[in-house]
Amino acid sequence: MSVQTKELTILTPAGILGYGIPAEHFWRGVERGPDAIIVDAGSTDPGPYLLGLGKTIVHRQGYMRDLALVLQAASERRIPLIVSSAGGPGIDRHVDEMVAMIREISAAKGYRFKVATIYADIDRAVIHDRLAAGRITECGPSGELTHQAIDDAVNIVAQMGAEPFARVLREHPDVDIIVGGRAYDPAPYAGLCMLHGIDPGVYWHMGKIVECGAVCAEPKGRVILATVRRDSFDLEPMNPAERCTPASVAAHTLYEKTRPDLLFGPGGMLDLRGSRYEALDNRRVRVSGSVFHPSERYSVKLEGAAIVGHRTIFIGGIRDPILLGQLDSYLDEVRRRMTGFFPELETGEATMHFHVYGRDAVMGPLEPKRHEIPHEVGLMGEITAPTQEQANAICSQARITVLHMPYPGQLATAGNFAIPLNPPENPIGPVCRFNVYHLMEVESPEELFPVRLLEI
Amino acid sequence: MRNARLRDLAKVIRSKNSGPFEITFDVIFDDDATYQRVKESGALEQAKMALLYNVPAEDIIACMFFDPAMAFKLTLRRAWAQGSVGERDTFGAQQHAPLLDIVVD
Repeated sequence: MSVQTKELTILTPAGILGYGIPAEHFWRGVERGPDAIIVDAGSTDPGPYLLGLGKTIVHRQGYMRDLALVLQAASERRIPLIVSSAGGPGIDRHVDEMVAMIREISAAKGYRFKVATIYADIDRAVIHDRLAAGRITECGPSGELTHQAIDDAVNIVAQMGAEPFARVLREHPDVDIIVGGRAYDPAPYAGLCMLHGIDPGVYWHMGKIVECGAVCAEPKGRVILATVRRDSFDLEPMNPAERCTPASVAAHTLYEKTRPDLLFGPGGMLDLRGSRYEALDNRRVRVSGSVFHPSERYSVKLEGAAIVGHRTIFIGGIRDPILLGQLDSYLDEVRRRMTGFFPELETGEATMHFHVYGRDAVMGPLEPKRHEIPHEVGLMGEITAPTQEQANAICSQARITVLHMPYPGQLATAGNFAIPLNPPENPIGPVCRFNVYHLMEVESPEELFPVRLLEI
Repeated sequence: MRNARLRDLAKVIRSKNSGPFEITFDVIFDDDATYQRVKESGALEQAKMALLYNVPAEDIIACMFFDPAMAFKLTLRRAWAQGSVGERDTFGAQQHAPLLDIVVD
């Protein structure tokens, strides 16, 4: 392998593939002749149902629209394209579905590509072994992993680091498109840059920023061009109305991060305490001085989600001030009666949550104004049980109890609850939980992420 | 402007998940004098944050200022599972409100 040192330009069309790419800004970036187009497609933010139920963040229509644009540039200008965390959760099936969409568009347009796929589903036997060997630790406050949790998870992926991408680029330089499964968001950027003699502190910091598109600009945008060299990188949003400033770029590492100065990832920690942010003009910024500290052992983050039950909900409102003045004791009494009907609510096999909108539904115990009495509240009853049938039965009884249970001082004897929906109870299907969110040591950064090559 | 509310001093006050097990808060200023004033006032110190959000000190994972961005960062352990049973705020995007009315001398 020959390590070249040169300046690389990387175009990022959006923070998440499928959210929409502004075509004019995208083509402005393409005109700059980038060395690669890289776009991340993943996030855990929408919650565990994506991974647990194997769903994608964006509907097919959104992927097809965004892919049509980037594939046109990839084909006409021969710009390498990398998509990572396909579908959001980045399970193997999502990688294959992304390839199928690329194939469909390419067939219609007459494009030809060499494609590499990198998979991130992890064999449970490997996880069991490493747990037994004490090579799995919690990631943030996620608690200790158990063998039961490994078995309960519907899907388990690991966030690949930079090396699997670098390996494909190094061993198969003729590949036009890489579609990766679950990956640490900046990993494809790092994978490309590490082959070009760029300092790891520089490329990890750059990747960390541009994997979100032009969110680091003011106002925040989509398409951004990064120019990266051995010891610094420059950022320029491709919408002329957006500006990157030293403050806007520095502020980006606050976003969705535990802390803005030390960022942990596969293979080490990015240290931004000495970073310098310099305005090149009024909308371009140069960043330097960031340092990457490799960790002693290389770990990847496992993500797994399990189905923990089935849910049925009811929603409605309460306007009666006499009832609102005693809402807590009223709901406590509802709960007491419900527990009498359904012992599974006592054992914890089933659960019932009341969300009181207008009081503390948003913040729960964090709400400082929870003791103020509102003139109206919305109430959502959320029932979770092992089966949908069971959840439906409990929810129906709970809704009836809320509607008709008498309370002290009651004047309105016909009903306590204003119900907008008919039918009043609505099954909403399985509910998931991130039950695996842990760091696992690997033998090598590439070992768990198999590569496949195909031609389109 | 003495006894100003944080909402009148900051450019950004927001909350969001930082992964499924944490909620993180950012307060960003757009001029250094205001930033320094808030930083030195002690209005955002850790004990006050614990009180404001009614959480034990050990649930505060980060509480710090970040000079390059003229920003304050607070990160709390998420005491409930993200996007699962009993969830209130899947994205953690509406937990910032109590910060708005903090009074700064």
